[in-house]
Amino acid sequence: MAANEWICGEYVRSRQEELFDATLQHVGIAFSSVLLGLIAAFPLALAARRWGAGPVLTLTTVLYTVPSLAMFALLLPLFGISASVVVTGLVLYSLTVLVRNILAGFASVPEEAREAARGMGYGPRQLLLGVELPLMVPALMAGVRIATVSAISLTTVGAIVGYGGLGNLIYSGMEGFFKAEVLTASAVCVLLAVLADVLLLGLQRLLTPWARHRTRAARVRPGKAG
Amino acid sequence: MVSGAWEWLITGANWSGEGGAWQRLSEHLVLTVVSLGLACAIALPIAFWLGHIGRGGALAVNISNAGRAVPTFAVLVLLTLSPLGEYGSWPTIVALVLFAVPPLLTNAYVGLREADRDVVEAARGMGMNGRQLLVRVELPLAFPLIMTGVRSASVQVVATATLAALPGGGGLGRIITAGFNTYDTPQVVAGALLVAALALLVEAVLVVASRLFDPVRRRAGAERKAARPGPGAPLHDGEEGKRPSEGRTALV
Repeated sequence: MAANEWICGEYVRSRQEELFDATLQHVGIAFSSVLLGLIAAFPLALAARRWGAGPVLTLTTVLYTVPSLAMFALLLPLFGISASVVVTGLVLYSLTVLVRNILAGFASVPEEAREAARGMGYGPRQLLLGVELPLMVPALMAGVRIATVSAISLTTVGAIVGYGGLGNLIYSGMEGFFKAEVLTASAVCVLLAVLADVLLLGLQRLLTPWARHRTRAARVRPGKAG
Repeated sequence: MVSGAWEWLITGANWSGEGGAWQRLSEHLVLTVVSLGLACAIALPIAFWLGHIGRGGALAVNISNAGRAVPTFAVLVLLTLSPLGEYGSWPTIVALVLFAVPPLLTNAYVGLREADRDVVEAARGMGMNGRQLLVRVELPLAFPLIMTGVRSASVQVVATATLAALPGGGGLGRIITAGFNTYDTPQVVAGALLVAALALLVEAVLVVASRLFDPVRRRAGAERKAARPGPGAPLHDGEEGKRPSEGRTALV
């Protein structure tokens, strides 16, 4: 205990509960941010599609450029010391990737599919929900994966207002020069990001059963967008 | 609250002296320039070489994905607690370089690989050797994506340098953390405004630079003036400039 090693089983055992609570807060903040980001990104992408993508993309890019510490600091007067500061900041960041990928998703829907649906009497709403949305899942999910992994990593900065999940442990470990606490929390954080990425990839496979039968070469485009 | 922050910003005493905004700004700029320079010196030659020989694509993309999953805050704190922490700004610089390399590497690699293969083959057919091919064909064609990488990396570096204030490094972030420590919200907001302004300024400068120095656009522009409209450029100007930014990978 007194040796201050980087790896310490005793720490993990004795602070199990604290670690668990921090992980839970971390997942909660990151997950709700991406979910709210998705809810906000769809209308924005639809607006961008109708009235031109320029203003929306410029706005989200500007927001993305603002460093996380500054973003949380700027949101502080609006919300006070609360988890809303962190969640709102992460939502704003996630918009950049999500709006871009939703637009890329719309662009990836073959025009023939749209024509066929219209010919079958689909209205605009049915076209969107029944044809375009399913076909854009790969591009959308690529964006969701990037947004989620980034959100999990950025949640740590929320420690500045006390709502950083595992970041809180990194912060307190930093102040007390407690190496094991910092390394354990960091490692759990990276594991969370990797786990979320794998789970989302699985979800994408479930949502696009038709893609499984196709050759892999047929869908090289997404993935490196964003 | 905004007026409080404004008050802070126009008070000369907050700018001068030890720990003043000018000192923090210059620390931030030095950290950014040194780290970005080091990262370019490391990442670009590797990316050019891998892209030229057409190997290591999985490596380039995976490094970028891994970079996104690792929290910058965690790396800053880990390096500060490591033996490196005794050497002044070095933990910060190492962390900044680590996070600037992935976007540089990935974008430059992808840029080189996506250089029009027909053009590359034609150049090879004209008898260019590997070096000429790289310098005169592949690099000019890859320029927009290389610059996208530089922009992503610089956004990343400016943001991470801000975070470096948490474990006690220099830079504008110190104004924010000092404000937090004394419950001085106007100072927190003022510091955040300075950081945001710097980040946007750096991004804007690089956007302008990438348009001004793009070798392909410059040549196309000259040809367009000389003769009929340039071939293969149906996008209007604004769109054309936006295109490469789709490849951005930064994580703040």
